Amino acid sequence: MAALEASRRVGTAVVSKLYPTRSHTGAAQGGIAAALANLEDDSWENHAYDTIKGGDFLVDQTAAEILCREAVECIYDLEHMGLPFDRTVDGRISQRRFGGHTKPNPKYDPSAPAGTEAAKPRIPVMRSCHSADRTGHMILQTLYQQCIKQGVAFFDEFHMLDLILEDGECRGIVAIEIATGALHVFHAKSVLLATGGFGRMFKVSSNAYALTGDGPAIAYRHGMPLEDMEFYQFHPTGIYRLGILLSEACRGDGGIMFNGQGERFMERYAPNLKDLASRDVCSRSIYQEVRAGRGIGGKDYVHLDIRAETMNKYKSSPLHPDQNVDSHWVEKRLPDIIEFARTYLGVDPIKEPMPIQPTAHYAMGGLPTDLDGRVHRNARDVVPGLYSAGESACLSVHGANRLGTNSLVDLVVYGRRSGRAMADYASRVEFHSIPAHPEAAAKAAIDDLLGRPRTEPWARLRDEMQATMMDHCGVFRTEETLVKARDDIANLKQRYQRLGVQDKGSVFNTGLLEILELGNLLDLAEATVASALARRESRGAHSREDFPNRDDNAFFKHSLAFANGQEGARVEYKDVDVIHVEKDGERVPKYPLEVRKY
Amino acid sequence: MADTMAADAGTRRLTVRIKRYDPEQGGEPRWQEFQVDAHPMDRVLDVLLSIKWNQDEALGLRRSCAHGVCGSDAMRINGKNGLACKLLVNTLQGDVLTVEPILGLPVIKDLIVDMKPFFDHYKSVMPYLVNDDPPPTTERLQSPEERARFDETTKCILCACCTTACPPFWGNEKYVGPAAIVNAHRFIFDSRDQAAAERLEILNDGEGVWRCRTVFNCTSACPRDIHVTKAIQEVKHAMLTGSTSLND
Ligand SMILES: Cc1cc2nc3c(=O)[nH]c(=O)nc-3n(C[C@H](O)[C@H](O)[C@H](O)COP(=O)(O)OP(=O)(O)OC[C@H]3O[C@@H](n4cnc5c(N)ncnc54)[C@H](O)[C@@H]3O)c2cc1C
Ligand code: SF4
Ligand code: SF4
Ligand code: FES
Repeated sequence: MAALEASRRVGTAVVSKLYPTRSHTGAAQGGIAAALANLEDDSWENHAYDTIKGGDFLVDQTAAEILCREAVECIYDLEHMGLPFDRTVDGRISQRRFGGHTKPNPKYDPSAPAGTEAAKPRIPVMRSCHSADRTGHMILQTLYQQCIKQGVAFFDEFHMLDLILEDGECRGIVAIEIATGALHVFHAKSVLLATGGFGRMFKVSSNAYALTGDGPAIAYRHGMPLEDMEFYQFHPTGIYRLGILLSEACRGDGGIMFNGQGERFMERYAPNLKDLASRDVCSRSIYQEVRAGRGIGGKDYVHLDIRAETMNKYKSSPLHPDQNVDSHWVEKRLPDIIEFARTYLGVDPIKEPMPIQPTAHYAMGGLPTDLDGRVHRNARDVVPGLYSAGESACLSVHGANRLGTNSLVDLVVYGRRSGRAMADYASRVEFHSIPAHPEAAAKAAIDDLLGRPRTEPWARLRDEMQATMMDHCGVFRTEETLVKARDDIANLKQRYQRLGVQDKGSVFNTGLLEILELGNLLDLAEATVASALARRESRGAHSREDFPNRDDNAFFKHSLAFANGQEGARVEYKDVDVIHVEKDGERVPKYPLEVRKY
Repeated sequence: MADTMAADAGTRRLTVRIKRYDPEQGGEPRWQEFQVDAHPMDRVLDVLLSIKWNQDEALGLRRSCAHGVCGSDAMRINGKNGLACKLLVNTLQGDVLTVEPILGLPVIKDLIVDMKPFFDHYKSVMPYLVNDDPPPTTERLQSPEERARFDETTKCILCACCTTACPPFWGNEKYVGPAAIVNAHRFIFDSRDQAAAERLEILNDGEGVWRCRTVFNCTSACPRDIHVTKAIQEVKHAMLTGSTSLND
């Protein structure tokens, strides 16, 4: 999105280690949020409230309001570019429900008996614009198509290795051409990092192999901070063991989770929204069921049931209570999900429930950016010329926990804003000089790896990192597990220094690149664990069993983790952006802190 | 439900034959065998990655999503095109797994081919929406029926399984190939688009749709279950009748 926007005004190149259409945005299933109100009343203000509450109040509020307001025009923009959204009967963009997206209940009555419809202050709303269950694929294709139309230059299968930073400014990047092994220097007036997530840090993940957080890791090694790294989202419904995602759209459309006793356990944890409570809540509930021995057959997974008869029994689909659903309806709404289950589980979800477990999914944290996507070097100052957008950035519109369908909209809204800002900047400034050999450091690192013999398989280190992060820095954490994770990562980083590459070739040396990616993940793991250790409270996706409550006095603030040599990472903090309004002659917070309940 | 997941049905010893080519050594491609203990629920991709990580780090292949949505790992598996991440070990016949690069594109290293000719063909059919009318302030309207008309061809992930299974393409690299036609179809039949005539003109060329001899290889190769041949027929039909309307 940023490239498309910038290329309208300045020469723009996209450097991507994958063919752009292979990016993991293409895996996004459920939809993209915007309060179009095509099927029922809704407003961007509702969306903003949900986003801030969903993020357990760690959300920067101006950024969230802009997100929700501009979402609407961005969706129309995408439609005009050709994105094939599903349609309503009257030809408008179709929308569906998603976890944590609500509106005020018009029938709300605070004195109504608990459990009744009128007792719910908010009810689910259809806000997620979708194209079956392959919305991300359609967004990725549409943006790529428009870039082709506009003649954006692509450097496909070029892997960025380093940033060129001079006099505190970013002036380009160094990348390796994967097909030849040649190093290339890109001298630029502005650079935007959009390298996506880093779920490959964990053992079970919905993320692609390529999601290794290269952008944030490189910036971190250059002394830039990483914001809110302790907040990593585990999605409740990953395919057991493989981690492949079964979209939240399953539950938005009426799917229900059951434990080993056939009980709809979410009724206990989130009496109002039940299976549509936000992701952190659902993932923790699954873990608690499993711990209590109520997994399926006592094992470490539960069931997700999207059979029509189940939805009819619980009246859980959006067509209820007026209408029942049949398997044909389910197949049409969730075709890819059904195919994943058939292929990878050998289970036909039309007839049987699917075994699921939480899967590492989304990084709320990343490079601290502002409303124009500019990366900050600390709580105040920007790095001129350096931008970030998408999952690698932390604005923060997702706070401590992202709502489903809010990432795609973040990419589009803030991709567009950053694209504009970097084009502005580039048309204002001259090219500033770069050193004679900006590739020297990257070259030395590669020569080192090629020069050393292979002592142990690098994949063993990766497996150990993933296991320790999953077990000790996952859905639940304590001081003890985090100290263990910290020591494990420090130890792995030492062993990493001795790794050598088996393949000494130049053409498609993907073994070499995988080792470099592992190095990136280890740095990000270090920052994640340090931030998690420092935050002695529970908030959103960060759940400390030794500090089970949210502590707004001590921790209503964003963390910033800086690389600190042998010491690991140093954690500092910055304030959350809060909007104030006048009320009865007084300045009060527009979004007062409340206890998050669903 | 049967506890399929937990039932460790035991691993199976596979002989994996891989067609190797190292451009830095030169010479002809050669076959190399590896032994791998594979779980029945493993993907062919898992088997190949286990070779790469534990036996030979130099093995060249592309991969990313590992669940059939990114289109990186098209290869010829036991003689048929497919995505390595969508084929499970328990569907393989026998204990020998043969893997080679897809045909018709230059091999760069091992299972990696040069995708540039493929993407060039794709780009040649104007694979983007063209509509020069000023857009409305909200969405353009499109009925569910109009939207359904091109639904299937929106699923394409540009993996090249179809094009590299197509005998006319093997014989003639200038033929645009089924994937490009599928992507032209996606726009030709979109009620919002205005460039159908231009695309049909491009595909009417000597290297366009008429190269297709309806061999159906492409349809059976498509991992997204797109009826590729049907899409090609619809494009041919539109060319002959000059109409893309719903009632044709
Ligand atoms: C399975 C799944 C389903 C999801 N579903 C939804 C959903 O329904 N709704 C929603 O809102 N969100 C969803 N999300 C989240 C959302 O899809 C992602 O957060 C988002 O797509 C990330 O986009 P991105 O552009 O930041 O990164 P990506 O799309 O991952 O792109 C990263 C790009 O960076 C490039 N790159 C990385 N490193 C380098 C390097 N070193 N050199 C050069 N290039 C590099 C890659 O080649 C790639 O092109 C889902 C996520 C997953 C995993
Ligand atoms: S049907 Fe046409 S395009 Fe498909 S494989 Fe056969 S000849 Fe090729
Ligand atoms: S039509 Fe099918 S086989 Fe051909 S490129 Fe697209 S997804 Fe792949
Ligand atoms: S790895 Fe993405 S399609 Fe196979």
